[in-house]
Amino acid sequence: MTQIVLAIGFLLVCMGFWGLMTRREVFRMIIGFSLLDTGVHVIMVGIGYVRAGTAPIFDEALAVAGAVGKVVDPVPSALVLTAIVIGLAVTALMLSFAIRLHASRGSLAVDDMKELKW
Amino acid sequence: MMKRLIIILALVAIALGFFPLAMRISGDSGLTALATHYVEAGAEELGAANLVTSVVVSYRGLDTLGEVMVLFTATTGVTALLVSGKSRSHKKEQESEHDSVGRREGSELLATGAAFLFPILILFGIYIFLNGHLTPGGGFQGGVVLASAFLLLLFSDCRLELNHALLKRAEAISGAAYVAVGLLGLWLAGGFLDPRFLPAGEFGQLFSAGAIPIIYILIGIKVGSELTGIVDAMRRCS
Repeated sequence: MTQIVLAIGFLLVCMGFWGLMTRREVFRMIIGFSLLDTGVHVIMVGIGYVRAGTAPIFDEALAVAGAVGKVVDPVPSALVLTAIVIGLAVTALMLSFAIRLHASRGSLAVDDMKELKW
Repeated sequence: MMKRLIIILALVAIALGFFPLAMRISGDSGLTALATHYVEAGAEELGAANLVTSVVVSYRGLDTLGEVMVLFTATTGVTALLVSGKSRSHKKEQESEHDSVGRREGSELLATGAAFLFPILILFGIYIFLNGHLTPGGGFQGGVVLASAFLLLLFSDCRLELNHALLKRAEAISGAAYVAVGLLGLWLAGGFLDPRFLPAGEFGQLFSAGAIPIIYILIGIKVGSELTGIVDAMRRCS
């Protein structure tokens, strides 16, 4: 099970890198970054998985005593939880850069941005 | 062609670097020493039923403060890029231009749906961050739900103007209060962002886990107002 999740996450990361490196348009590169971001989240959640473990939330079904071995690792889940919102905000920032670029030169293609070349 | 080859080589190199790392991970390895401590002692130490919340708000509270800071910086960047670059007169010109382009009103269905769903979404968002220490959820998720309620409202009515002063104030006050609660922990309890300066309460009840619910409420308001600000800035520039 963990292997499947890791493989999916890994595939997403590779697709994201592929998109970042091959696409010539800023908007598509941002989509590539989002894929990369999602892949990293999937991998991080997958790392924290414990076989047959449940969510680390105590209630009637999960007593505090003897919970070790029955729950998944809470630390990666906590990191991913914040990382998703941060990813959203960073994507929004990149999109607003793209909007400004398009407003100032009417194109989003990297090839049109001559200042970056030497 | 050459370029493509180099890209493929780079991807293969990344894959080779990552593959052995991934293959060593399996569900059988069990919890790490740190996670074992959190699971064994977390409920007793902090009194929160949701261990992920304990880690986010208290054990790794400083990280969360840093992430809130990143979110704030990103919001500031979006607003600076999209809104303040334009002068007022320019904006007015654009507005008339927009009218000629004819920005369509939201349909009847969307308007009614948004009016119906808006209070429910707000309630749901508040529920999520109020119960962050008991059930799956928390400040970040609740804040996003709040922002989605405002997004729906902005979709349905293109002429709607949000109260920016109120948004800014909500964001600033909740951010400052978050740091103030952290400092209270430093003075009254074990350290910065230690939530135990308030009574632990009864385990599994709404009023429990010290200051964790307060911190999550503040994070929820902050994330909600910031993301609403981002959505509004993107709408105003288009």
